[in-house]
Amino acid sequence: MPTNVVQIVVFAILTLMTLGGGLGVVSSRNLFHGALFLVLSFAGVVGYYVLLDAGFLAAVQLLIYIGAIAILILFAIMLSRGLMSQRQSQRNEQWWIALLVVVLTFVVLAVVLWQVDWPVASDQALASPSVAISQLGQELLGPYVIPFEVASVLLLVALVGAVILARETET
Amino acid sequence: MDAIVLWLTSLFPQMAVPTARLIVHIVYAAILSFVAPVVLVVAFTYMERKVIARIQDRVGPNRAGPLGMLQGFADAIKMLTKEDITPAGADRIVYNLAPGLAVIGVVLVFAVLPVAPGVIGTDLSIGILYVVAVGGIGTMAVLMAGWSSNNKYALLSAFRVVAQLVAYEIPMVIAIIIVVLTAGSMRMGDIIAAQNVPFLFTLPVAFFIFFVANIAEIGRSPFDLLEAESEIIAGFHVEYSGMKFAFFFIGEYMHLFVSAGIATTLFLGGWRGPGASEASILGALLGFVYFLAKTVLLIFAMMWVRGTFPRFRIDHLLDFGWKFLVPVGLLTLVAVALVLKLPFLSSPVLQWVGLLVANVAVIVVALAAVSLAARRTRSVALRSVAGAER
Repeated sequence: MPTNVVQIVVFAILTLMTLGGGLGVVSSRNLFHGALFLVLSFAGVVGYYVLLDAGFLAAVQLLIYIGAIAILILFAIMLSRGLMSQRQSQRNEQWWIALLVVVLTFVVLAVVLWQVDWPVASDQALASPSVAISQLGQELLGPYVIPFEVASVLLLVALVGAVILARETET
Repeated sequence: MDAIVLWLTSLFPQMAVPTARLIVHIVYAAILSFVAPVVLVVAFTYMERKVIARIQDRVGPNRAGPLGMLQGFADAIKMLTKEDITPAGADRIVYNLAPGLAVIGVVLVFAVLPVAPGVIGTDLSIGILYVVAVGGIGTMAVLMAGWSSNNKYALLSAFRVVAQLVAYEIPMVIAIIIVVLTAGSMRMGDIIAAQNVPFLFTLPVAFFIFFVANIAEIGRSPFDLLEAESEIIAGFHVEYSGMKFAFFFIGEYMHLFVSAGIATTLFLGGWRGPGASEASILGALLGFVYFLAKTVLLIFAMMWVRGTFPRFRIDHLLDFGWKFLVPVGLLTLVAVALVLKLPFLSSPVLQWVGLLVANVAVIVVALAAVSLAARRTRSVALRSVAGAER
């Protein structure tokens, strides 16, 4: 019983972090603060993974989303104009397109979440997370090797594209 | 640690084992996060000053206490009594959060650092990945400090931090992958158990890459561009004073210890040594002594590097990371993976020899490539000089 209560309290805190962070991202007038709220939101998701006993995913979330993506976003913001001006408008003339996309995405996600019958892993798989990691590796290089390779080719294309865009024009 | 749990339960028979385990872990965590920082910072600042002083043919601190040993405490008291300044126009919340984050990011690593046989916060199955993941928090802290100070030098420093830390994280991770590949696990305990011969001797290239990348990650000289005094004053912490500055300072020295400890675990066999075992208290203590000795040795090497090498220029720094460490690391990774899969190297001894040979081959190839590239740039430079004279 006590562990259950602790779990619920922790879940509530994490949800506050994630949703509050998300709210902060869209509501803060300072771009840099928005990015920091995004980090808070990501940290909440890390907490969810830990709560689900998915240590590997938690570490990867921390590594990729906070360690890489958030820092690059912050870096990009630092290089943008008007950094030191504290206030910026939160919307431009395209706000209605964004609203449309957001509502549609929400509807799709809600329907999916509502209709899918979520399978629960067996106790045996939950008991030893290290087995789960090697399983993950086996699956990625076994049945899921083609999506895996496609994703890496996609990343490679993005990388090469970035290099070409950034390269100085040869004289 | 389990021994202490047993001892506690025998001392208080009515105590349940999980409760005892919880108490032991809380005490351990408290020691690591409250006592260790102070001790480590005082000890290593003293050591650093003495070592650097000796390298520069000076005596170093010698006024406070015998041999100047109380210098660290004097500095701590000075820090505590300094005025706490927040610059005008600073972003208060972010500005005050940053020093704390800088320390937290390092303290978190302690959780998976095996300091003695059986003494580890939690032996995660993803131990070393966790270390890398948590490392991102420190970068965040520096970015936040640099931006929120409302100071252009601090901001410049934050730019450099991102360029440098992101660039050197990649070779560091490659070196870690090489170790994980050889040990067959990311768990700290398994990595130590796999080192019947320390990886330093079988994977010297990986050790070199890890060591260099580590110095860059901590931001110590010769990679201390984020606080290059002659260029950007003190970098990201230029506006901080008193206790908040002390937090960055503590974070830096703990990072020094922790990263040397991780290097010890990955490449020097951690707490392993003659007589060290989990079975007895004496063996565990002996293991702790081995761990400390190896770690301090590595820290001494880092101080040695600091005392002897001049600071990199920013473009040289990035070139060295991207054009030397990363390719060499990838080459070593492929070579090691091949050697580990070779069928005729089935016995452990043969495998060690094979790994060593592969590493030496990588060194030879890398040096040849570097000298070729250097010769080419030199001839281009000479030609341009000749063209200018004509």
